[in-house]
Amino acid sequence: MNELLPFIFMVVMGGAVLAYVILDGYDLGVGMLMPAANDEEQSIMVASIGPFWDANETWLVLGIGTLLVAFPQAHGVVLGELYLPVVAMLVGLMFRGVAFEMRIKAQGWHRELWNWLFWAGSFVAAIFQGVMLGRYITGFESGLGYWIFAFVVGASLCGGYVLMGATWLILKTEGEVRRKSIAWARWGLLWVALGVALVSLATPLVSETVRDKWFDFPRTLWIMILPAATLACGWWLWRSTGRLRAGSGSSDSAPFLASVGIFTLSFLGLAYSLYPYVVIDRLTIWEAAAHPSGLRFTLVGVAIVLPFLVGYTIFAYRVFGGKTSGKLYD
Amino acid sequence: MEDALLLARAQFGLNIGFHILFPTLTIALAWFLVAFLWKYRRTGDEAWMATYKRWVKIFALTFAMGVVTGIVMSFQFGTNWPGYMNTVGAIAGPLLAYEILTAFFLEATFLGIMLFGMNRVSPGLHIFSALMVAVGTTVSAFWILALNSWMQTPVGHVLDGRQWIAADWWTVIFNPSFPYRLTHMLLASGLTASFAIAGLSAWRLLHAPMDAGATRTLRLAVITAAVLTPVQVFVGDMHGLNTLKHQPAKIAAMEALWHTQRGAPLVLFAIPNEKTRENDYAVELPYGASLILTHEKRGEVKGLAEFAPDHPPVAPVFFAFRVMVGMGVLMLLVSWFTTWRTRRNQPAPKWLLWVLSAFTFSGWVATLAGWIVTEIGRQPWLVHGILRTSQAVGDIGGARLGASLTGYILTYTALLVAYFVVLTHLAASGDEKPLRPGSEAALATAKARG
Repeated sequence: MNELLPFIFMVVMGGAVLAYVILDGYDLGVGMLMPAANDEEQSIMVASIGPFWDANETWLVLGIGTLLVAFPQAHGVVLGELYLPVVAMLVGLMFRGVAFEMRIKAQGWHRELWNWLFWAGSFVAAIFQGVMLGRYITGFESGLGYWIFAFVVGASLCGGYVLMGATWLILKTEGEVRRKSIAWARWGLLWVALGVALVSLATPLVSETVRDKWFDFPRTLWIMILPAATLACGWWLWRSTGRLRAGSGSSDSAPFLASVGIFTLSFLGLAYSLYPYVVIDRLTIWEAAAHPSGLRFTLVGVAIVLPFLVGYTIFAYRVFGGKTSGKLYD
Repeated sequence: MEDALLLARAQFGLNIGFHILFPTLTIALAWFLVAFLWKYRRTGDEAWMATYKRWVKIFALTFAMGVVTGIVMSFQFGTNWPGYMNTVGAIAGPLLAYEILTAFFLEATFLGIMLFGMNRVSPGLHIFSALMVAVGTTVSAFWILALNSWMQTPVGHVLDGRQWIAADWWTVIFNPSFPYRLTHMLLASGLTASFAIAGLSAWRLLHAPMDAGATRTLRLAVITAAVLTPVQVFVGDMHGLNTLKHQPAKIAAMEALWHTQRGAPLVLFAIPNEKTRENDYAVELPYGASLILTHEKRGEVKGLAEFAPDHPPVAPVFFAFRVMVGMGVLMLLVSWFTTWRTRRNQPAPKWLLWVLSAFTFSGWVATLAGWIVTEIGRQPWLVHGILRTSQAVGDIGGARLGASLTGYILTYTALLVAYFVVLTHLAASGDEKPLRPGSEAALATAKARG
């Protein structure tokens, strides 16, 4: 049991981070798309994420909280190494979250300012999350090349969030916003394709550990299912948005599900690259794990609470199912 | 090393001190919102609904501030205090995890339905959502105060290798200071929310003298405060006696008592001098401290000399304690007087509305002061008797700490200014909703007041 605990908590942490990236991903993406919309459209866009963003960000707390609780050594190392990108991301998230509430209540140039902060905060948070990821998978190596790599990952993640945001808007809006979102989603997809390709090619080059994982025949053949499935999702997304643009039958939820697929598969690929490390080449999940007595007690809570948590989250999404209306407080 | 420790503490203290403001307000405000909705459901009076809609926006904004500043905390535990998790992580970790699991998701998810779902769910389900938000905020307080109390009065743990682990979770959670601290904090939240509601309602009445909702919330809030303040005085006294039993050095610092003595005086004012280990310019009330702490005129009170050098810095604890108590006395006077002055629905005079407006954030001042007393009062320990703060600090360099500290200060200043601007705007704006439309009597009283 004690040997299994770190593995279970790795799954919990991975699940929380994936949930965060998908859920906050779409609302950060909506934030980044703000400058491309007019005032009325912006209100609809913001209304579409209004009921969810508080809870979406809570997944980040669960992910980081699990890192802290289950792998305290790794929490210190990882977040110590990522100190300044983390601060930048947090400042971005703070301005963005508060701007969300403020812009609804403000008028005139105040509103313009909060709109700008909402956009800028979303952008800063997204790009630095990507930078954190880029630094993390290269084991925090110093050197200009590694930092360029990190910012390429940051730009790719921005593209990914824009894609999530645009497909979310296709799902949640009507009329002009939806029409624009279809175009945004297609641009986002191209951006993501480029980013995923670059990162997938570069990662084995910069990390020997990752290279060994992916080029180990015959296992390589099995693992090629992941990129193949990612390509299939990309193709599905391209085709469904093409059909929606032409007005010929496709479900409004298809593009969103396809981008969830792309994110999930990329995440699994990443998890495969890193396992069993929690800090690549330095700490495995067993080396970094917390004392089993605390983990056992926490696991009881996870087992009891998680079903309820998932249940009422689904309930909330059902309450706000269907298309969003422009008004928030009513 | 000393500087890095100081910077790490300054940065952590700033973050947690800024964060604590918002939960302190939302914990009790959530219950007020449930009450507003309940009143509306029982009476069908539109003024309660208008009140709810006004305050739910203020709640949403305050909650958002709490969420975003709370995220910062989850990143800092490990970076600023790695020694903390390495030593007592098996106890602190699960308590934090339970807070996230049982409280954060509950409040954040149902908040969405509470804020934006009024026309999408039945009224019963809407009140239920508001109730879940309130339960979530309170459960959150339960876990974080269990952890904080354990750090002050640790029990129920055993040493396993180099780590402390829980021998009995029930004992860990319900440690000796926990019941007092939790009650003290929840009452502090109640008072903070009461004075915020009373203050902003008064601010609204200064701008819209006829507003029925504001008239009611003002009265409801001051009566709540008038009841809670004396309860808080009583609970605070009990909490103090509990501290005397378990952390006597903290009490000695609060009272600036350098030497153990019988019939110790109550130091009303002084400037504690760490060098001479005496008080300068002391104004004392004979036997006061002994009477308060031992409830006996000649009771013995232990002085700081007994604990040297392991006692907290005296001046910040001493002054913060006086700010907290002083604020409490003023809050008692203001709430009692306003309750008496507005009896039988008499309108509050304009000067009183100004006083109440000035007291809008009195709860924050008192809470922060109390927090300084209890946290600085715990020094030099991070976990009393188990782990010193200096042993837990990480190796984040001074430059990075300094840069991030500057970033946080700028961000928090901007956010706080914006928060105040929007709060006063939200409180003052909007149509007046008179008590009874066209009521001559209401108009007359409003004119007489204005």
